[in-house]
Amino acid sequence: MSAISREETQELIQEVLEVYPEKAKKDRAKHLMINDKTLESSKKCITSNRKSLPGVMTMRGCAYAGSKGVVWGPIKDIISISHGPIGCGQYARGGRRNYFAGTSGVDAFCELNITSDFQEKDIVFGGDKKLAKLIDEIEMLFPLNKGISIQSECPVGLIGDDIEAVAKKKAADIGKPVIPVRCEGFRGVSQSLGHHIANDSVRDWVINNRAGQEFESTPYDVAILGDYNIGGDAWASRILLEEMGLRVVAQWSGDGTLAEMENTPNVKLNLLHCYRSMNYISRYMEEKFGIPWMEYNFFGPTKIKESLREIASHFDDKIKEGAERVIAKYTPAMEEIIAKYKPRLQGKKVMLYVGGLRPRHVVGAYEDLGMEVVGTGYEFAHNDDYDRTIKEMGDATLIYDDATGHELEDFVNKLKPDLIGSGIKEKYVFHKMGYPFRQLHSWDYSGPYHGYDGFAIFAKDMDLTVNNPVWQMMKAPWLKDAA
Amino acid sequence: MANIMIRKSAAGGLVFYLPKRDIEDAISSIEFDTPEKWGGELKLANGGTYYIDPIPEPARLPISLRAKRVDGVE
Ligand code: SF4
Repeated sequence: MSAISREETQELIQEVLEVYPEKAKKDRAKHLMINDKTLESSKKCITSNRKSLPGVMTMRGCAYAGSKGVVWGPIKDIISISHGPIGCGQYARGGRRNYFAGTSGVDAFCELNITSDFQEKDIVFGGDKKLAKLIDEIEMLFPLNKGISIQSECPVGLIGDDIEAVAKKKAADIGKPVIPVRCEGFRGVSQSLGHHIANDSVRDWVINNRAGQEFESTPYDVAILGDYNIGGDAWASRILLEEMGLRVVAQWSGDGTLAEMENTPNVKLNLLHCYRSMNYISRYMEEKFGIPWMEYNFFGPTKIKESLREIASHFDDKIKEGAERVIAKYTPAMEEIIAKYKPRLQGKKVMLYVGGLRPRHVVGAYEDLGMEVVGTGYEFAHNDDYDRTIKEMGDATLIYDDATGHELEDFVNKLKPDLIGSGIKEKYVFHKMGYPFRQLHSWDYSGPYHGYDGFAIFAKDMDLTVNNPVWQMMKAPWLKDAA
Repeated sequence: MANIMIRKSAAGGLVFYLPKRDIEDAISSIEFDTPEKWGGELKLANGGTYYIDPIPEPARLPISLRAKRVDGVE
């Protein structure tokens, strides 16, 4: 990488650390690194998945957000109860725009906020009775639901309610799966543990539900794991897989159903997009059912091409030809897009700070457009994510873990990127600082960004943001230097 | 003691995985590697060493096992 040298990056990190008191400085130093491609393991140079320092502004969420908001919420035909006070659920209700096909409130329930709305008396006397009653009400109001999951918020764990007992009893009463999820927000250091807990609850309460039942399988069955269909992402991915001759049995969990998840043990290969949130269940299925899994990347034509070929390598020649056919079909369209946008975006610098997958996955898409990622980092990644990131990034790129408000602002001020990709909490800060910004958690109300169709939208969005004339008007006319 | 998982990598080697701590690394050597006796000391590429009780070679990988940390990265 050319924009900034290793020494300069080191200086930058030192400068940023200066403001912290001694102890905090020591701690934060471990979360910042300069990329070195020769490294095999990230362990020695970056620490991750640790508790955030008190007093700094972190961008993390809670375990409940990871379970309800990310993994369970998008499953369209079950109802996920936000069990506890009402506020947590309000912010975890379809805010990521997990698209689904269905009629909201009739056979699809992602957009509803269903909560037990704890009051003082529920804290004092326990909420189990209320939960049982709530499940009966759900059955009456939404009879087409295929199951119910109970997503515990903090107080439920604190007062020691026995939601497992209620779940077992009500499951027998209504004859549908009722899944208790112990994802209280205080567990773990970020939403990441929520993903893990959600995976474990799928393992314990869902995946074996149809064991022994007949299933008409084909040699080309696959499942898409870790795609939440944000703005239609999973659909844009699915059509490519189907076009190359595979049969997509399940989508986890964007636009997914309970039946799809229960049928997943029958597939031949699990395709894992978001490693962070679903590697646990992939590993479990590999051990229990012998289903191999592989990570793939559907951001940008270069990575899509690589991924399609790698996916095909697990199957016979028919699928391999299919993959080549798909690549050949879309390549001209992709070349056209690149020819159109690359000249407008060439050489622009990008800084990323997102969740557990995109900081490394979208790099290829930016490179396809001639852009350069000068800094990247995760809110809640673990060491295995950084192991994978080191290989994707250029040498001497700045990498930050669980960055604080102060660090991000300082890095941006020094690196002066042409585009920042991060979350809604960072968006307006950087807008006010005068930097083009895309919200990369849910694609800034756009999308899909996955697949070939997604890349067309991605390229257009990046152009609209970076080259928006508004960024030249950040200075009031009377403050401008006389030309 | 910790629950670990051993799986085969795409290249054919053994991979060590320790959940929660997220240590995922190639196993560079395994003490016993015969059909009757498999396991013992595992040396990882990152320099760490773990010990699993020797068992007959598993028919299928991945396999979850209990392991003891002997040395190196936690
Ligand atoms: S930390 Fe607890 S109270 Fe806060 S949003 Fe998460 S579950 Fe709710």
